[in-house]
Amino acid sequence: MSLTNDQVRAIARLARLSLDEGEVAEVADKLANILGMVGQLQATDTTGVAAMAHPLDAVQRLRADEVSETDHREHYQRNAPLTEDGLYLVPRVVE
Amino acid sequence: MTALHAETLAELAGRLARGDCSSVELTRHFLSRIAAHDAGLNCFISVLEARALAQAEAADRRRARGEAGPLSGLPIAHKDIFCARDTRTTCGSRMLEGFVSPYDAAVVERLDAAGVVTLGKTNMDEFAMGSSNETSYFGPVRNPWDPARVPGGSSGGSAAAVAAGLAPAATGTDTGGSIRQPAALTGLTGLKPTYGRVSRWGMVAFASSLDQAGTLTRSAEDAALLLAAIAGADRRDSTSVEAAVPDYREALDAEPGRLRIGVPRGFFDEGLEAGVAVAVREALGEYERQGAALVEVDLPNLQLSVPTYYVVAPAEASSNLSRFDGVRFGHRCEAPQDLLDLYERSRGEGFGAEVKRRIMTGTYVLSAGYYDAYYLKAQQVRQLITADFARAFERVDLLMGPTTPTPAFELGAKTADPVQMYLNDIYTIGVNLAGLPGISIPCGEVAGLPVGLQIIAPHFGEAALLGAAHRYQRATDWHRRLPAAYA
Amino acid sequence: MSWETVIGLEIHAQLSTRSKIFSGSATTYGAEPNTQASLVDLGYPGVLPVLNAEVVSMAIRFGLATDCNIAPRSVFARKNYFYPDLPKGYQISQYELPIVHGGSLDIDLPEGGRKRIGITRAHLEEDAGKSLHEDFHGMTGIDLNRAGTPLLEIVSEPDLRSPEEAVAYLRRIHQLVRWLGICDGNMQEGSFRCDANISIRPRGETRLGTRTELKNLNSFRFIDRAIRHEVERQIELVEDGGKVVQETRLYDPERDITRPMRSKEEANDYRYFPDPDLLPVLIETATIEAIRASLPELPTARRERFVREYGLSEYDAGVLTSSRELADYFEAAVEAVPGAAKLVANWTMGELTAVLKREGLDITDSRVDARALAGLVARIHDETISGKIAKEVFEAMWAGAGDADSVIEARGLKQITDTGALEAIVAEVVADHPEQAAEYRAGKHKLMGFFVGQVMKRTQGKANPGQVNGLIKAVLE
Repeated sequence: MSLTNDQVRAIARLARLSLDEGEVAEVADKLANILGMVGQLQATDTTGVAAMAHPLDAVQRLRADEVSETDHREHYQRNAPLTEDGLYLVPRVVE
Repeated sequence: MTALHAETLAELAGRLARGDCSSVELTRHFLSRIAAHDAGLNCFISVLEARALAQAEAADRRRARGEAGPLSGLPIAHKDIFCARDTRTTCGSRMLEGFVSPYDAAVVERLDAAGVVTLGKTNMDEFAMGSSNETSYFGPVRNPWDPARVPGGSSGGSAAAVAAGLAPAATGTDTGGSIRQPAALTGLTGLKPTYGRVSRWGMVAFASSLDQAGTLTRSAEDAALLLAAIAGADRRDSTSVEAAVPDYREALDAEPGRLRIGVPRGFFDEGLEAGVAVAVREALGEYERQGAALVEVDLPNLQLSVPTYYVVAPAEASSNLSRFDGVRFGHRCEAPQDLLDLYERSRGEGFGAEVKRRIMTGTYVLSAGYYDAYYLKAQQVRQLITADFARAFERVDLLMGPTTPTPAFELGAKTADPVQMYLNDIYTIGVNLAGLPGISIPCGEVAGLPVGLQIIAPHFGEAALLGAAHRYQRATDWHRRLPAAYA
Repeated sequence: MSWETVIGLEIHAQLSTRSKIFSGSATTYGAEPNTQASLVDLGYPGVLPVLNAEVVSMAIRFGLATDCNIAPRSVFARKNYFYPDLPKGYQISQYELPIVHGGSLDIDLPEGGRKRIGITRAHLEEDAGKSLHEDFHGMTGIDLNRAGTPLLEIVSEPDLRSPEEAVAYLRRIHQLVRWLGICDGNMQEGSFRCDANISIRPRGETRLGTRTELKNLNSFRFIDRAIRHEVERQIELVEDGGKVVQETRLYDPERDITRPMRSKEEANDYRYFPDPDLLPVLIETATIEAIRASLPELPTARRERFVREYGLSEYDAGVLTSSRELADYFEAAVEAVPGAAKLVANWTMGELTAVLKREGLDITDSRVDARALAGLVARIHDETISGKIAKEVFEAMWAGAGDADSVIEARGLKQITDTGALEAIVAEVVADHPEQAAEYRAGKHKLMGFFVGQVMKRTQGKANPGQVNGLIKAVLE
């Protein structure tokens, strides 16, 4: 298993992670090792085996349609890096 | 009063009940232990002195009014993955260095309501990703048994704090062994309950289908005490289970009849260090002496648990960690040029190398063209591994084996090769994939380092698990040993 | 070359629940920014979603009304992408196992006749927040009040062949979701939105051409125009030797063009996977049957019944079933004045609709309720008043002057039906206009109108024109 630097950059972009150019090769190397290790799974015959998403065979509980939350904007926005007039600010978004 | 820090929660509870000491005295004792010793160990990210003393005073007042419960006034530490209202919650990451939670995790809420005192928040591998506590942004934790060695991870701060007597007990989380492995490496009792037994509300998510909260204590009895307080359904967590919560304390002394103990052949493979194997065999011998029958069992897909885990956990983590984008909370880079720059640099700077590796692994295995080969395949193999356990439990009541292949290793020994680090979790990971409860209890030493015995039960078999651990601890004293420097 | 247009619609209907799909936050429109954004809506570390029961039953209602299958087991999945209005970095949606799939809805074709449009699926998901592009020092503001509002995404088969068909289908869905009470249909507020997948192919070709996805279609008028423009653009492109590129385009109503969306330029890889925080949703047959039993009579059935039972024209029945409230009003009125259905229909669609429109009111806010309108129609029906007088009575009723009978009584508007009194007035009129009487008798029968008018004038419109007609004839012939 090996990964090209371009593949690593593409994955990093999809995951929105900046990588220094210097880091790319090392990350490529380590990721390739990890993917090589997990690649062992390929050899297992799983014909007819159901995919398991949850450890318990349980069913979704439902909540009554009731409003239980009140406004805590001020408290919640104390963690926000940048707000104005109650809005979270980000660099300009172009649609 | 001497050696309060060597006592179990149950013993300390007895002191409080008898009036030997107050909660404030107890709390001050542990706060002064932290002040004296934590600099060398780095167990705590935050010490909550004022809050702890206020809680202790409140507990003493309640006791004076005759309103004390079994845990009232007992101090513990919380892994810094649990949100605690108006308290910094970092998850061991630069990303959350300045994050102050506006709310309480269910575990914190329930223990607060039981009158427990929170001494502080403990160090951990960043976002619980690690097996050595070396990935923490706040620096590695050292093992009280040998400061050159790791305490295990990811709940390494909790483990080292209890092992060194800086807290009588601590909470932890276990996604692939993060409670049991550090418990084994520091000589503690580490309980990982059944998936869904304890609410995940307020516990920063790593891998949602594997994460489970649990405890690091000196004894199985202490684990039972804490589990009784934190177990039970929570309407805020859809995956928490409604099953009734038995009386775990009472179950400790229940007579199990002739116990059938399964010993998975694969747990004693060539990867297991000889000294560890000897200690674990010796512990199994103790159970035989107590009347249990040992049965060899096969878990044919055990070897696949590491690769399965390292697909499922990173996949879920890559998605769970997308919320850290520098907009509503968490680290934000300086002067972003545009939106993409804001995302990439905030996340690039906020996350450490191991977290980034897992996010990238997870992103890769979920991406178009690889999903079936990796993610779907891993989910199918997960089913096979779970079926292996179910088949074994048709023949036996409990499974036993080593918790880890080796005792604590040296700092830096495995950081260069992530895969070597991952393989360290070979015995613990299957339990998470199958959602089973597991416990690690100290069962010997190799060259002065503790060794852990792992016990695994069927779903919701915590009572049987704790009972078996308790019976061993009544007959042995490995769990009462303290590292000499912290006795 | 002759081109065929192929259109499929993806409609996002906000479900009218009190609270959000996965949290207990209110869904009220127009609140102060971020005051209806709970920890769950903000995607805070450690929070978890819990599904609102009402969204499940609303989706089932929609599914049953469109002959869809209701999945006994459906699964929520995460759609992963980064965008500032998407707090968690993923949207909880449904992917492989949607709650509703495989149904259809009939539309009326513009040229007459009906066409069945396939509904591929309808799935539940959470809405995103809003980006506000007003100038915050060159930055964008994010309001997450809308984040987590429940949406039903209704995906059609590519069965639509023209902008007119697309609009007709959209109107039918719009009517239906309001009829079922699952969405308020308000397009200005964004509670009913639509994306269109558009492609062209040479007529006769069976394979689908490369499609573009058109976003931001938030009024019926825009949809028609946007599709028209996009089809023209594609045809021109292909006829000039170019190729349609699969992309997301945005309709700009001010410039009346479509353009590629910059934020969607990068090929997306959504990395869907089952959401581990949510468990499979199981729906029992008994639940489905209970909901089926509680469904209202659906618009098409009701329209057909109106034609059959009340003898209305297809058109009138269509208008009266455009909303459930209007149909309810009509039927309540008809029940109170049996046998006068056509008259009730005319009044409902005529005077009543006009005044509601004038005052910007909904039928449910009408100041003349169904019973009151029936009272008025009853008096026209039994010839107590004429249609003309009825308009005056209606205006008075609208102004709050009481029911029809009291207005008629108070203002003395009752028709004069006493033959003796009318005969006297007719005799008077004839006597006062001897020249016209002579001309009439000489055969100028169109003067009848003149005499009737004179009688009506002297009775202030309260005479029955038919009766007056007869009496005049009797005197003059």
